[in-house]
Amino acid sequence: MLSYILKRLAQTVLVLFGITLITFILLNVVPGDPVAMMLDKRADEATIEKVRHEMGLDVPLPEQYINFVKGAVRLDFGKSYFTKENVMDALVRSFKVTVKLAAMSFIFACVIGLTCGMIAAVYRGKWIDSLLMTLSMVGVSAPSFWIAIILQIVIGLKLDLLPISGFDGPLNYILPSIALGTRYAGSIARITRTSMLDVIKQDYIRTARSKGVKEFLVIMKHALKNAMIPIVTLVGTELGYMLTGSMLIEKVFAIPGIGKLAVDGMMNRDLPLLQGTVVYIALVFVIVNLVVDISYAFIDPRIRYGKGGE
Amino acid sequence: MFNKQKKFEEAVLSGEYSNDDIEYSSYYKDSFKRLKKNRMAMVCAIVIILLVIIAVFAPVLAPYDPDVQDYANILKSPTKAHLLGTDEYGRDILSRIIYGTRVSLSVGLLAQALATVIGVTLGALAAYYGGWVDTVISRITEIFAAFPDLIFAMGIMFVIGPGIKNIFIALGLLTWVRTARMIRGQILQLKEKEYVEAAKASGATAFHTITKHLIPNCISTVIVLVTLGIPNAIMYEASLSFLGLGIQPPTASWGSMISSAQPFISYLPTYSIFPGIAIMITVIAFNIFGDGLRDALDPKMKN
Repeated sequence: MLSYILKRLAQTVLVLFGITLITFILLNVVPGDPVAMMLDKRADEATIEKVRHEMGLDVPLPEQYINFVKGAVRLDFGKSYFTKENVMDALVRSFKVTVKLAAMSFIFACVIGLTCGMIAAVYRGKWIDSLLMTLSMVGVSAPSFWIAIILQIVIGLKLDLLPISGFDGPLNYILPSIALGTRYAGSIARITRTSMLDVIKQDYIRTARSKGVKEFLVIMKHALKNAMIPIVTLVGTELGYMLTGSMLIEKVFAIPGIGKLAVDGMMNRDLPLLQGTVVYIALVFVIVNLVVDISYAFIDPRIRYGKGGE
Repeated sequence: MFNKQKKFEEAVLSGEYSNDDIEYSSYYKDSFKRLKKNRMAMVCAIVIILLVIIAVFAPVLAPYDPDVQDYANILKSPTKAHLLGTDEYGRDILSRIIYGTRVSLSVGLLAQALATVIGVTLGALAAYYGGWVDTVISRITEIFAAFPDLIFAMGIMFVIGPGIKNIFIALGLLTWVRTARMIRGQILQLKEKEYVEAAKASGATAFHTITKHLIPNCISTVIVLVTLGIPNAIMYEASLSFLGLGIQPPTASWGSMISSAQPFISYLPTYSIFPGIAIMITVIAFNIFGDGLRDALDPKMKN
């Protein structure tokens, strides 16, 4: 177990290093001098040189990269070109909002997905199974930002039940969470159904039934517990996607989360903000996946000894 | 987004999905027979063919020029003259959706083509040579796989700029990883077969062995991967265009149409609804057809 965790940690360090390198190379080949853009065209050569020096842009690129990594290790990404705010402060502030959104979506996706998947498995082949599986297919195939707009139109405007933008109170959270969570609810429902059907065929389920265990208990205790491993892996990875892929929903509902920060950074060509955001989002994703993998290895010993340890 | 592909990947890597021992002519014939029995998949195949026809014959089928502005008819609800209404420049929404099919399908297909070329090449090299080549390629694959998908695509689009060609590139760079992993896994298994030994023993070059003996035996994997990868690419394109990083106006793309419809959701809700339905139908059709194709090409996987 320990050697698996160590291996996985070493791999993560290498991956994180690669991510900073790719991000740095990508963003530093962007055409246009950020300093000249920031100062507009009013500034003279001397001022531009001065600012360039202050921002550490007058040293060769490899040295800039080393400074960037040194900063990133201390979670210091410098200051935004535009707002002059410390990038890390902006990241933490926005990430709190995104975590709230992702957590709500996660709960929504798990509750709806597990329930629908179990109902579909229990009533396999009945109309309710086809209905739920059709709905889940729609859920995974419809763009999340489009679902968000439909929710705004129907629930926000036509029925006038919930606010359609902002992120001030609990009522504001409901529509964005549903919009972000729908796709994941759909895929959780599908894998729950498949996994439950696999388990229901097993001998121990037949034994439990023939012992006279109530059907509800058979499903909840014997079947669901054993069907959980593939579901848990999927759910873990999806948490990573929800935390890092909320920019579309944030745009629709004008939510000041980390996705909006990334989009703002791109629109303003604000390199420190953009570099910080990309590395931060990637970091969150990698760490969530690391935690999921390691906990998965605790649940399923085959991972520790088998193919997962490669 | 990746469930189907992931399940398929696991099957390929575990060796459950393999077809190299089967005699080929009858293998494809049998697969096609199995596919024909899958009614849902056949319906979706017809939908895909229709979409291709719509894309190819867009100029004939579209009732209006998608870019012609008509300021007398701005933001009209669906009428007989404009079946799906008009947008904020008076352009016909139906015609723009029809032209949008071209963008979505070509992005899906070309992005997958690029991903397949990169993925198959790197996967085959890693598996064939092993050793340090494998290590380097595998580590690079890991780094790319560790990037959250959307922010990575956004970053590339930011750097190389918007436009349809750049979307091919960004999505190709985003999605080659899965292909590389699967091809590597499959070639690792194929490498041990007698006919590969025989080819090597008779003096075939590495290039010959890879291109004539190994890659042809991965074709069915590639077909399924591409079919299931197209809807993903279409979804990414729509997302990027919605964020303003993809297809630029005035070119009609489903994602950017939804984005420009957003300010008018209370005045003309149908404007934002129709392009989304187009995306959904396309994605569902490719997903179900891809599933059917996978089951047909490997009956062992179906249960």
